[in-house]
Amino acid sequence: MSPNVLALLPEIILTITGVLVMVAEPVLPAGQSRKPLGVLAILGTLAAGFASWYQLGFGTIHAYFNTIQVDSFSVFFHLLIAAIVLVTLLSSLDYFEGHASHAGEYFALTLFGATGMMLMTCSVELLMVFVGLEISSISTYILAGFRKGQASATESSIKYFLLGSFATAFFLYGIALAFGSTGSTRIDVISQNLASTATPTLALLSLALIIIGIGFKVSAAPFHVWTPDVYQGAPAPVVGLMSTAPKAAAFAVLLRILFSGFPSYEPRWASLIWIIAALSMTVGNLGALLQRDVKRMLAYSSIAHAGYLLVAYTAFPADGIASACFYTAAYAAMNVGAFTVITQIGGYRENVRTIEDYSGLALKRPVLAAVLGFFLLSLIGIPFTGGFFGKFYVFSAALHAGHVWLAVIGLLNSGIACFYYLRLLASLYSRRPAIEDNLFDGITVTLPAALALTITAAATLLLGIAPNQVLSLAQRSAAATAPGSANSTTNASR
Amino acid sequence: MTVPISYYLVLAAVLFSIGVASFLIKRNIITIFMSIELMLNAVNLTFVAFAHMWHQITGQIFVFFVMVVAAAEAAVGLAIIIAIFRTRRTLNVDQVNLLKN
Amino acid sequence: MAMHNYPYIWNYLPLVLQILVALGLACGMVGASFFIGKHKNSRTKAGAYECGMDPVGDARGRFSVRFYMVAMLFILFDVEAVFMLPWAVIFRRLPQITGSKMFGFYEMLVYLGFVAVGLFYVWKKGILDWSAEKGDL
Repeated sequence: MSPNVLALLPEIILTITGVLVMVAEPVLPAGQSRKPLGVLAILGTLAAGFASWYQLGFGTIHAYFNTIQVDSFSVFFHLLIAAIVLVTLLSSLDYFEGHASHAGEYFALTLFGATGMMLMTCSVELLMVFVGLEISSISTYILAGFRKGQASATESSIKYFLLGSFATAFFLYGIALAFGSTGSTRIDVISQNLASTATPTLALLSLALIIIGIGFKVSAAPFHVWTPDVYQGAPAPVVGLMSTAPKAAAFAVLLRILFSGFPSYEPRWASLIWIIAALSMTVGNLGALLQRDVKRMLAYSSIAHAGYLLVAYTAFPADGIASACFYTAAYAAMNVGAFTVITQIGGYRENVRTIEDYSGLALKRPVLAAVLGFFLLSLIGIPFTGGFFGKFYVFSAALHAGHVWLAVIGLLNSGIACFYYLRLLASLYSRRPAIEDNLFDGITVTLPAALALTITAAATLLLGIAPNQVLSLAQRSAAATAPGSANSTTNASR
Repeated sequence: MTVPISYYLVLAAVLFSIGVASFLIKRNIITIFMSIELMLNAVNLTFVAFAHMWHQITGQIFVFFVMVVAAAEAAVGLAIIIAIFRTRRTLNVDQVNLLKN
Repeated sequence: MAMHNYPYIWNYLPLVLQILVALGLACGMVGASFFIGKHKNSRTKAGAYECGMDPVGDARGRFSVRFYMVAMLFILFDVEAVFMLPWAVIFRRLPQITGSKMFGFYEMLVYLGFVAVGLFYVWKKGILDWSAEKGDL
């Protein structure tokens, strides 16, 4: 196999499957179920995941004139994205049954989005990063408004679209200025030329613009304003996808740009990230306290989690990357899991919205309530869940790097976060008021959805009991990205 | 004598700022979308100017990709705007405010 | 760059010339038809020409979303040609650059294949079918 094909094998598989699903969609008669297309999409995602795993055996692969670099870092994120997409597809396999006749487009767009996200994580050329970012963004814009007859869905879509394009323009302007300052758009060449650049101010400005652009994409404060509205209006399985997979890809890009592109500017960007992280945690958690709508509350919670994740970025170069990778995986497992439960409870029409609506779920649906409760505990960061070790590694990395105050702010915020997660948890296990007693009667958990719940719950539990496996993979990926960090990681763990 | 590169960069920066300002001020969705296009074109101007300065083709290739992506974005964006108009009968962002707590 | 000692503004001379030629050509053609041609006025001819639309009417008048669909598809397929120009310019040097005889050619085949798939999708969705009454576009 030529190195070019090998390097992009997961993306190629996903693209071909996506195109097949897309072409099959208008060929199938209008009234027919689109479930076979969903099954095809699931098989394609599985194949792409195995292809990424297969790539791991080849070490570092450079392809397409050094614009693509497949290493353990990119494989880590490829596997993560494939897993998220797999769970999303499983949980939404029956979601559109009897509601949308064009569900094939949903599966195709999910696959295309996944292709873009994977492309982002394995590119070392900012042009390819940009193309990947746009493939994933445009797909998710459409997915957010997939229930196009509903006013709230189209509103969510347009808000996501406008703010997303706005962020893209900032990101692009940052790339343009980096090109002007260093004469290249390849991350490694940028890093080399930065030492001798005649315009360090321009480079600094470009870095700030890139951080703003990515900040919008990962919904870090103060660039978070779109998040609650978009998450409230978009379909629940799509929210599960877009609150994790594109964010994971954007975080991977930020890691690559900061740690391998601009390592010499570390003191400056670290202080900027410090501020953004502290703001995101505080704004996210305080905002979540005020919410009644569960999806809105989880939107604010995802802002807070972006903040926790950014804490890891201030730990340069020690365990920053490894802890950030681990946190991304843990957050993805529990958040996708939570939204899978919400998908099952709310159904296509999403009648169950507010925290009060969820009261008494445990009486009618004890298993679903228990699983949701488990994910909520993990989001708090209780021991024996993935969320605990995620927070543990991130905050200890920040302490190692000497950012004591940031760790203190993070821990205080974790305390605040307990309130709103526990409020929902208490609502689940409270006695239901007699009105509207038939709210949970329509819930049917199908086999694929049960499988999705099992995968996410098992992953969250596994990351909380035996984190070493994933952590060692994260440390390998850290060593692949920032050459200097390999030694310091072992130093820190000694 | 040729036009110095700083002229192009300042022009691009001004265009980009106008785009950002009108994105924040304007109330019609189509106008907001146009201001995003203005920002993208300011970026394109920057790329071309720098490509000329460094005698590198990378910047110009980047512009090609930005143009194609902008066209794809425009198609999706206008489709969403039509969906908004069908469900809402207005394109004023102040009236597109269902999603609140 | 060639040595020259005329003012910078002279670089714009070709542009000025082109504007002059365009103006002259347009005025010449309109003027010539005015002096040479026969004049027969009718109600339709006297009206303002607006691309075949009725020039008088409600300014907020609406027309079918199909116009928009076709325009958007035109833009998309039009813009795709942008990548073929640089490819065509360096086509003869591609084997030397890529180190493989046919690689550059196959790459463009793959690209055009995707464009064709897009066209197939659009066609199957019935968007090119101007007459069909499809409710859900």
